[in-house]
Amino acid sequence: MPRTVAQKLWDAHVVRSAEGEPDLLFVDLHLIHEVTSPQAFEGLRLAGRKVRRPDLTVATMDHNVPTRGGVRGADELSRKQMEALAENCRREGIPLHQIGSRRQGIVHVIGPELGLTQPGMLIVCGDSHTSTHGAFGALAFGIGTSEVEVVLATQCLPHKRQGDLAVTVTGELPVGVTAKDIMLGLIGQTGTSAGQGHLVEYRGPTIRGLSMEARMTVCNMSIEWGAKAGMVAPDDTTFAYVEGRPNAPRGAAWEKALDHWRTLSSDADAHFDGEISLDAASLEPHVTWGTTPAQVVPVSGRVPTPRSETDERALRYMDLRPGVALADIAIDRVFIGSCTNARLEDLRAAAGVIRGRRVHPKVRAMVVPGSTLVKRAAENEGLDLVFKAAGFEWRNAGCSMCLGMNPDILAPGERCASTSNRNFEGRQGSGGRTHLMSPPMAAAAAIAGHLVDVRELI
Amino acid sequence: MQPVQRVHGRMAPLDLADVDTDQIIPKQFLKRIERTGYGPYLFFDWHARGNFVLDRPEYAGASVLLTGANFGCGSSREHATWALRDFGFKAIIAPSFADIFRANSYKTGLLAVTLPDSQVRHLVDLVSEDPAVEVVVDLEAQAVRGDGFSYRFEIDPFARECLLGGLDEIALVERHEPDIAAYEKTRADWLPAVR
Repeated sequence: MPRTVAQKLWDAHVVRSAEGEPDLLFVDLHLIHEVTSPQAFEGLRLAGRKVRRPDLTVATMDHNVPTRGGVRGADELSRKQMEALAENCRREGIPLHQIGSRRQGIVHVIGPELGLTQPGMLIVCGDSHTSTHGAFGALAFGIGTSEVEVVLATQCLPHKRQGDLAVTVTGELPVGVTAKDIMLGLIGQTGTSAGQGHLVEYRGPTIRGLSMEARMTVCNMSIEWGAKAGMVAPDDTTFAYVEGRPNAPRGAAWEKALDHWRTLSSDADAHFDGEISLDAASLEPHVTWGTTPAQVVPVSGRVPTPRSETDERALRYMDLRPGVALADIAIDRVFIGSCTNARLEDLRAAAGVIRGRRVHPKVRAMVVPGSTLVKRAAENEGLDLVFKAAGFEWRNAGCSMCLGMNPDILAPGERCASTSNRNFEGRQGSGGRTHLMSPPMAAAAAIAGHLVDVRELI
Repeated sequence: MQPVQRVHGRMAPLDLADVDTDQIIPKQFLKRIERTGYGPYLFFDWHARGNFVLDRPEYAGASVLLTGANFGCGSSREHATWALRDFGFKAIIAPSFADIFRANSYKTGLLAVTLPDSQVRHLVDLVSEDPAVEVVVDLEAQAVRGDGFSYRFEIDPFARECLLGGLDEIALVERHEPDIAAYEKTRADWLPAVR
């Protein structure tokens, strides 16, 4: 029977299948971080269990790490959480990239850059943006802490088989329009939950033409329309990215892996439960106006008339009135960072807009690279100098203001142009107001002091 | 986990769609390393802003939360279901739930029950008219019952069995150790392992 790539990946990880029970899946890579793992380790300890496969488990500190001042910049509870992770990893023999170390960074940035993320794998993490790894043709999804405990103990996860959705993107992305806009446009069209219970395959010539960094942005935001996982079937772009990375196969093993990876695509007549088409050529840069990623319009647009109680509530929270042009909305802060948009390509794109310009005097802007390796690579290209010369703060790697668990937060009422993934109420700080957009758009807003179409600056 | 057969109690309406886990439990409370004690922080910002529906005296002690579609979207934080449980909720009824939230609910022993929009609307209307009205969420019978109505709901049979029996999922998986060991032997040798 013809199968989708997602079902091929699923089938390849079934340890045991029985009528009336969820499939038992084997996990190739379990990524953990300081915030969603302590209770899982505690559960193991109380039950006298050990981590079954510490060699398939990798830890990093990212969610609450300060982006300056090292561990001393952290509050006491955050420090305790980091210490707990370090102690748990030490006891169980799990490799840890802790704060201050060379390979530390956001869990979904370091997996790919260390070559831990490879096509065909099943990857889980106690974080909803685990869908990012699907960009490599991996089956990757976020899990809760109880499931983290199950995976630590057994390296397996019981899970009901999920359906398939295809998102086909055609047409050339116009200048100034990015992978972020594909996703904001898609979510604006489909809503916040259309992906529920489904494995999504992003396909079509536009997706094929995207870099790995851009594909990661696409897959990352799968969770924002409710999808279980998002993925792109691997191709030469994927293989070129993986080759030579620290954990990538080498020599004969590389050739064997490659032979297998080339089989990982959907069969021509594979069935999808639903198919969605998107024309990239007609996309504009998008900006969210509300408090869900689906409350989004093209930057040339206006704040829409509310269609529901949820819309009205969002307008009140965002302190916006219907009919206001997006370009007339002034901002206070700019955040370039997060697992969605803080890889080297994102920083290059933002720096390209900023070069030779100054951040608006009323705006405070910061760049938080996705990983320490991204930070070093950017510095080797002099991107840090571009940002700093323009008046941006250049910080250390972490999740930072995407979720505001560290000291980088918005003050109540502050309005932020952000490259992150969620504009929920209070997400970046209690009372803070978030507008999601691409890195070039956030860079342009930093210079203009208000939301603006980046195409006016390039 | 304690077995869960049925929940009998009063309801509280939170009549909003897309309630995300950042609202249910804001990030500053994710720094705790315990699994309990999150009740006081449930909907912290909404509570702090005042005039929050769950703070109304008539809904105090409710054990069934009624809410809108896509409840629990966003972050995977299980702290959200811990906070709902610690606050006193034992069941949540909504037209739909985010996938990770639903899984977390079951692990926490919270009954996440999906009913069609019109039936949730009926329950919201009922409790808005009379906050003292009680319902039974019966997992065994897969029905939400009240005075003059019984709404059947579907639930994953395995999740139902685990909830009814209060089963330890890790112990269930460990029964399949021979299958796991056999699978491990078949894994490709190029797959990454870190030591």
